[in-house]
Amino acid sequence: MSVKGKELVLISPEGKRLDGRRPDEIRELKIKAGILENADGSAYVEQGNTKIYAAIYGPREVHPRHLALPNKAVIRCRYHMTPFSVEERKSPAPTRREIELSKVIREALAPAIIAEQFPFSAIDVFIEVINADGSTRCASIIAASVALASAGIPMRDLVAACSVGKINGVLVLDVTDVEDKYGEVDMPFAMMPNRSEITLLQLDGILSLEEIEKAISMATKACKDIYEKQKSALKEKYIELRKAVEEGTRT
Amino acid sequence: MPIHVKDWDLVVPGEVLAEGDYVAGPYVYKEGNRLFATTIGIVESKRGIIRIVPLQGPYIPKVGDVVIGIVIDYLPTAYVLDINSPYKAILQAVEVLPPQKNALAEDLSKYLDVGDVVVCKVVRFDKYSDVIVSCKGRELGKVTNGKLIKVSPAKIPRLIGRKGSMIDLIKKETGCRIIIGQNGFIWIKGKDLASEALAERVIRKIDEEAHISGLTQRIQLMLQLEKEG
Repeated sequence: MSVKGKELVLISPEGKRLDGRRPDEIRELKIKAGILENADGSAYVEQGNTKIYAAIYGPREVHPRHLALPNKAVIRCRYHMTPFSVEERKSPAPTRREIELSKVIREALAPAIIAEQFPFSAIDVFIEVINADGSTRCASIIAASVALASAGIPMRDLVAACSVGKINGVLVLDVTDVEDKYGEVDMPFAMMPNRSEITLLQLDGILSLEEIEKAISMATKACKDIYEKQKSALKEKYIELRKAVEEGTRT
Repeated sequence: MPIHVKDWDLVVPGEVLAEGDYVAGPYVYKEGNRLFATTIGIVESKRGIIRIVPLQGPYIPKVGDVVIGIVIDYLPTAYVLDINSPYKAILQAVEVLPPQKNALAEDLSKYLDVGDVVVCKVVRFDKYSDVIVSCKGRELGKVTNGKLIKVSPAKIPRLIGRKGSMIDLIKKETGCRIIIGQNGFIWIKGKDLASEALAERVIRKIDEEAHISGLTQRIQLMLQLEKEG
């Protein structure tokens, strides 16, 4: 593989990637829950240079009314990239890719939400990409599921997500923008860690059967770690308050 | 049959609470022989039943609940109220109009205007129609002046306390009239603005600290300190 005649080395012979990570290492992940004042639930996720806000509204009345379902809540999802999130200004109008990702993210979240408790209502998920550097759909799923939980919407489990890539013939976790563009494979993956159920599996590229098995086991392990981070992000606010009260530092 | 959590533990959706012969209470579901949490909340287990007291969540109407609604629209013979829930509430105009008046011939805004606050009771809710509320009864009806505040509907049980102990304490200490809507709207009317403000501060504190044990003592202490100035 080469760019402008120069050989591009995405992973060194010692197994170090461009940003110094090992193949089975994810980028630094920061999650904050409940940061938007006016939303019913919200979250902010920072995974390396990928930065994403998610906001939840609902369950609320469905407009237009004919979209309402008599047996469960409709889940609506909008994935949107801000014009400044990518190197070249992106038009703010929804592109083909964004419409597709909205659907994919909605379907990754839907099995976790117990929508049957709210017939004739809608749960709206808004995802705003502030900065895109690979794996935005996985980071969006992480953010959206934390936001849903912080809104108090009943869920079977949180949804954790991680992408697997193949660069210079090596399987790697959590691909960046460069690795996605010049690597061979990108495989987004989302699951409910406690129930061990996969809710999203896409594959862009070619993997052998053995590689797929290895990729899934790598992603599963990463998702379990990500779940722990989601959990502590959700609990953080309450635990800090509890500590402050118990120590008597709160007035 | 191990239990993985103890009382007052904070859990999030998907956390495995116990395995084996336990019964799933509210906000808990059982699959196979594992019990999972479905919402962010506090664990409470009693006689093999594990339940979660949620910290967040929407208000789902229940027949018999007292709720506080805000008029948002009119229908030919009814008012539409916002009750801070996924479903809107319908209040029949005959309950508000003087007897012998025909609702169709009357200008409904003469009796209740958009933005008016009405204390009512849920009389019908079957998920397949809008919520039907009534404002006939003791302590029900339109409220004027006073203060309307909004807290998370999930915290209302803590605000009321066991057999109304918490709210009675606040009423006694602040001297305010307080009506709690199960939907998270609270109406406060006191002798002066200061007592209303105090009642609001106490209610906000309960809203924030509902998940920490020893709440009643802290509220008692707070009210005592405020009294001493």
